[in-house]
Amino acid sequence: MGDSSDVIVVGAGVVGAACAYYATRSGLSVTVIDRGPVAGGTTGAGEGNLLVSDKEPGPELELALLSTRLWRELAEPLPLQIEYEAKGGLVVASDPAGMDTLRELARGQEKAGVLAEEIPADRLAELEPHLAPDLAGGFHYPQDAQVQPALAAAHLLRASDARIRLGEEVTGILTATTGEVTGVRTATGTVHAPHVVNATGTWGGELAQRAGTELPVLPRRGFVLVTEPLPRVVRHKVYAADYVRDVASDSAALQTSPVVEGTPAGPVLIGASRERVGFDRTLSVEALRRLAAQATALFPVLAGVRAVRAYAGFRPYLPDHLPAIGRDPRVPGLLHACGHEGAGIGLAPATGALIAGMLSGGPLPLDPAPFSPARFVGGAAP
Amino acid sequence: MARTPSELVRAEPGPPFEITVDGRAITALPGQSIAAALWCAGVLAWRSTRGGGRPRGAFCGIGQCYDCLATVNGEPNRRACLVPARPGDAITTQEGHGRAGLGV
Repeated sequence: MGDSSDVIVVGAGVVGAACAYYATRSGLSVTVIDRGPVAGGTTGAGEGNLLVSDKEPGPELELALLSTRLWRELAEPLPLQIEYEAKGGLVVASDPAGMDTLRELARGQEKAGVLAEEIPADRLAELEPHLAPDLAGGFHYPQDAQVQPALAAAHLLRASDARIRLGEEVTGILTATTGEVTGVRTATGTVHAPHVVNATGTWGGELAQRAGTELPVLPRRGFVLVTEPLPRVVRHKVYAADYVRDVASDSAALQTSPVVEGTPAGPVLIGASRERVGFDRTLSVEALRRLAAQATALFPVLAGVRAVRAYAGFRPYLPDHLPAIGRDPRVPGLLHACGHEGAGIGLAPATGALIAGMLSGGPLPLDPAPFSPARFVGGAAP
Repeated sequence: MARTPSELVRAEPGPPFEITVDGRAITALPGQSIAAALWCAGVLAWRSTRGGGRPRGAFCGIGQCYDCLATVNGEPNRRACLVPARPGDAITTQEGHGRAGLGV
């Protein structure tokens, strides 16, 4: 039958692309379906960060460390347009108490294999000449990197050799009378496969529902402020210690902490805001005002340049801040690969490698138990 | 005889004044954008691109494409098609992003 393959990946964002890439490389035939374009959701709304620095020791950091290695490998065969930059991260503290927090975080991370170097206040200018002069110090994380996320997803998808169906919405999951997945129904027909991977990111709960199961993915909105093109004024991904706290928080209210980085194209990207307001795209002047104020406090030079635009995206938030990667316990043949919150670009390769291993029965690169979607069954979410 | 846009709309502009392009004096009319004044003086390019150093001037003319960026009175990245010309304005050809001094 023409419209059948071994695996259907729903979602053409970076996670779907990585699942397709590693699944085809393990010998499976893959069809990728998305109701929009490639990178049309959260992938296209991020900064493309591949970070280990913002993660506390634990399963997510393990996933990030594996991903960091895999991205470095992927940067070889993929074209230069993905703008892979091993630029490193610099986390700064404004006072000695903030430095103590960073030291403690770094100590734990180093045990897990993260490289982190303490930078005393008087050496910060060597790394970032435009940084505000009154900071207490910081930590340099050489493993942090960046890609242009939409191009990275697109080239990963192209390199996967998967069949790609865009602009086609999956309206239902087909199952046999015994309950196993047999494919998907779309707006224009059916596609058959014994495995369906839910890589729909922030919309993962909606697809789960269409499959007769559930996943508590919620949107966590973020804005990015974009400056006019500049020469290199910011060398690393630079962010304040508060960012780590914001990432880990469960608050629904607006939180902002400065995250500043340059891009090969010239514009400086300024984040990061977090708030849970549903899928509301309304521009928040308050969020942008705070982003601008915090970024110019960190890099006073930015006060003299123009912000030319802003964009919003919805991070796929799961209540325990871990992605759902693995088989759905209720629907045989359905696997989830979503809920990576703000770290989806970074965590995509390891997620794809795990999903491919589960599908092909090959060895898994790390223990997937902490990411099992089964943790949400029966309202027993941790 | 060729008709000009100002004739077509029966414009009666006030007295002309001078602005400079890379130090050379040209004439502008009240109400003209900098891009219009430059065009009238036969200047079609006033910026070079960041990557290839190729010449750029007005393209869309309505503030959308950002091709006509110029350095005006020392401030880079002004859209010449939107900024009205004022007496004594100094327009300088912009090299790339016009912010080379900030690079580290």
